[in-house]
Amino acid sequence: MSEKLLEVKNLHTSFFTDSGEVKAVNGVSFSLESGKILGIVGESGSGKSVTAYSIMQILAGTGKVVEGEILYKGENILNYSKQQMKNFRGKKCSIIFQDPMTSLNPTFTIGNQLMEAILLHTDRNKEEAKARAAEMLTLVGVNEPEKRLKQYPHELSGGMRQRVMIAMALACEPDILIADEPTTALDVTIQAQILELMKDLQKQLGMAIIMVTHDLGVIASMCDEVIVMYGGRVCERGTADAIFYHSSHEYTKGLIRSIPSTQNMKQKLIPIAGTPINLLNMPKGCAFCSRCDNAMKICLEQIPEEIWVGEDHLASCWMNVKKQMEQEKVGASK
Amino acid sequence: MAKYFVKRVLLAIVTIFIITVIAFFTMNAIPGGPFNSEKASSPQVKAALEARYNLDKPLLEQYVIYVQGLFHGDMGISTKTGRDIAQTILESFKVSATVGGMAAAIAIVCGIVFGSIAALKRNTVIDRIIVFLSTLATAVPSFVLATILLYVFSMKLGWFQVWSADSHNYVLPVIALSLYPMSYITRLTKTSMLDALGQDYVRTAKAKGVSQVLVIFKHALRNALIPVITYVGPMIASILTGSMVVESIFTLGGLGSKFVTSITNRDYPMIMGTTIFLAVLMVGMNLISDLVYKLVDPRITFD
Amino acid sequence: MSDNNMPKKNPLSMQIDLSKFEKATEEEKRQQDVMSESSTFFKDSMKKLFKNPLAIFSIIVLVAIILVIIFAPMVVPYGYSEILKVNGVRDKTAMNLGPFQFSENEQKYMAETGIKLFPHIFGTDELSRDYFIRVVYGTRVSLAVGFFASIIVLIIGVLYGSISGYAGGRIDLIMMRIVDVIYSLPDMLVIILLSVVLKEVLNDSNGIIAKLGTNMVSIFIVFGLLYWVGMARLVRGQILSVKENEYVLAAKSIGAKPGRIIWKHILPNCLSVIIITTALQIPSAIFTESFLSFIGLGVAAPMPSLGSLANTAREGIQSYPYKLFFPALTICLIVLALNLLGDGLRDALDPKLKK
Repeated sequence: MSEKLLEVKNLHTSFFTDSGEVKAVNGVSFSLESGKILGIVGESGSGKSVTAYSIMQILAGTGKVVEGEILYKGENILNYSKQQMKNFRGKKCSIIFQDPMTSLNPTFTIGNQLMEAILLHTDRNKEEAKARAAEMLTLVGVNEPEKRLKQYPHELSGGMRQRVMIAMALACEPDILIADEPTTALDVTIQAQILELMKDLQKQLGMAIIMVTHDLGVIASMCDEVIVMYGGRVCERGTADAIFYHSSHEYTKGLIRSIPSTQNMKQKLIPIAGTPINLLNMPKGCAFCSRCDNAMKICLEQIPEEIWVGEDHLASCWMNVKKQMEQEKVGASK
Repeated sequence: MAKYFVKRVLLAIVTIFIITVIAFFTMNAIPGGPFNSEKASSPQVKAALEARYNLDKPLLEQYVIYVQGLFHGDMGISTKTGRDIAQTILESFKVSATVGGMAAAIAIVCGIVFGSIAALKRNTVIDRIIVFLSTLATAVPSFVLATILLYVFSMKLGWFQVWSADSHNYVLPVIALSLYPMSYITRLTKTSMLDALGQDYVRTAKAKGVSQVLVIFKHALRNALIPVITYVGPMIASILTGSMVVESIFTLGGLGSKFVTSITNRDYPMIMGTTIFLAVLMVGMNLISDLVYKLVDPRITFD
Repeated sequence: MSDNNMPKKNPLSMQIDLSKFEKATEEEKRQQDVMSESSTFFKDSMKKLFKNPLAIFSIIVLVAIILVIIFAPMVVPYGYSEILKVNGVRDKTAMNLGPFQFSENEQKYMAETGIKLFPHIFGTDELSRDYFIRVVYGTRVSLAVGFFASIIVLIIGVLYGSISGYAGGRIDLIMMRIVDVIYSLPDMLVIILLSVVLKEVLNDSNGIIAKLGTNMVSIFIVFGLLYWVGMARLVRGQILSVKENEYVLAAKSIGAKPGRIIWKHILPNCLSVIIITTALQIPSAIFTESFLSFIGLGVAAPMPSLGSLANTAREGIQSYPYKLFFPALTICLIVLALNLLGDGLRDALDPKLKK
């Protein structure tokens, strides 16, 4: 078994707003092995990005991790000093963001922004850092790297900028790359290119990736393991195969039903009814209960516990409990 | 860039031209000439005086003569004091520029520092105090402020002597001049700093492992300063040319107070001269601030 | 996937009521779906505004000042230009009284007749006029100047800006060049020049203008000529950004006329910016007026304005410092309240700041 690079245990992150505490992440646990790609999937407001930001400790203003542990190679990074945290960010763990248009500083050149991290985390001098920056640009498939270094972000296309973001994130060879919806803001053709690039780079450099996305297609094509989130909680987690072929949470099932594919071309798509929940008013029971077709009385009252539903496959849905009880009943009566 | 620059300069020239036209013709629209008040003078003397200042010629011709003189650096002679106007202006501008320069520097430096502090310490006591004081300072008219300063520190406490002709104590006028722009810059910097700190690129910088200090002073401040620059340009111009109010109250004899006296004296050539001088300075500072603005923000293209 | 904190393998070890595994009804589900109460943008903004203590303070101050300037002249038995008289005779001892003082003649009169005279709340001025009523009228004048000047700026600026922004192309280009030129005119200079000229020109005419006070009129004209450009630029910028929105295209595609589109679809979306700018225009107008009073170009005597009162008081500051205090404090309070209210409105109306 490969080593555990990152372990998140029972993470709770809240935002303290004027209207009250918003529990954006509510008891999330998972682990990441080196060299693997983990997908976190969920709709907007499900807490997937906040989970990623919690790991990087870059939560906006009022956000705070209130409970839980984040272990990097066995060390809890929540206990890190400011200096240690600065070393962790960018060097051990990097992140690329959703919108490459706004994620680069408009008033500095690409070169300046690329070299900043290199100078900060390595012993390279300015010349070497520049060479490294150019090398990274070549690696991510940006043509004429020397010229690009002198350009400003607004002179580059969206796809180019995302490549620059990736180059920036990987410049110091981190162990973990967090990709927060890296392709959402891009054109479809560019999306495919960027994903392909990330897969290639992962093979070449061997870092682990946490892919945060709402796009099940991205998950299916890239990830080894998947976490499905809803309302700040984990619904289901396991290998990509298990999630796609043996979905065991009503929400995951709904998500998969709503993907258009060549097999169900002639059928009508079945969307998930209702709207995402309001994090300020969490229901007592399962977060998904009000939108779930098969919701039971217990779903409304009690939060389902996470149980094993297969090898390497966990889910938090009362339906599984019911199924197991029925099976046991059948077993008992035999 | 060259094309943009030429365009801006042309616009500036047009503006200055329009100002000379407005100033010249509005002034002449005022009933009563400069020599009406001296009742003692006989009609002959008056006619002679008017001839000396070309006031007997048609208006348009007067204007042309005046503009021709301008090109030679000749702004004419004051009808009140008989002194050369260009020289008077330069002398009084020195005073205004000294006081104004100090005030502008203080306003910019303190404004940016206080504004940044307020943004960083958002919702703390420090932020509230800074915001409260700067809001308060923008609510006091300058002549009230200057009078209070004069009354308290000069008359009551006797800390500063401002009236003697040879001692140049600029502390009070500089405070009076700088307080309003300083407060304004503070508020402006705070708003734009908060805006900048909430931007995605600040998050990116943080995620790269850049220290808090560098995030603020490298990544956020540069972007936050863009709106401040647009304000600072014209502010410097208006402060350098001297506040009419502050200069009159502290009897500094700067350009601003010269302008006020020239209006009350109906000293036409002097009004014209100061107006044009101030306008050129103002328009020039606007031009510079526009160019600086475009240098700081690479997104703006020169079209 | 391996995990250390192993979940329980057998959930049946828990005591669970089997009846709870029945399907939930739609009704029960709906109860779980707690929606945040719906509210309009306007309601939301007002709620936010009234949560802001500074904004409430400003509103209270402004309302209090307005109530005083409306009702005080009805209660106080003195006029703003009326020289105090005791028993029909001009009271020469009533010059420069302190707050709540009575002059010798007044004291004598009250002692003789037993009639209680109305106190001079702020004292009297150098011409034996009740200072409180002069400050009240001064506030009236200053507020009126600020208010009407803002209205002028609002009307011209919004009209000009929306036409320029909506028309676009060559018209926009020309209109904006004009704005550029006016924008770079040194405003104080032009104001002074125009005030001087207008004062002379209008003084010769009689009728309404003379009654209003020539300087008041010239202040309005100056505002109408100069200060609308900021508003025009702002409105044009807003319109340019709103114009491209789909709902405007939709309105166009069903054949709505330009006037209707601007009025019904575009302006409401620029409303918050316009309201805030107008609120902040009033202090600027009050400042300008007080500045003009300072250099002797303000409202015509005997009509007081806060600026002219403060300026007169400034000259006698060594003997009567409190005389500067009252008008200056009133200016500060009004300007401070309007600035704070403007800030509060901006925070409340800015959709970007929501959440």
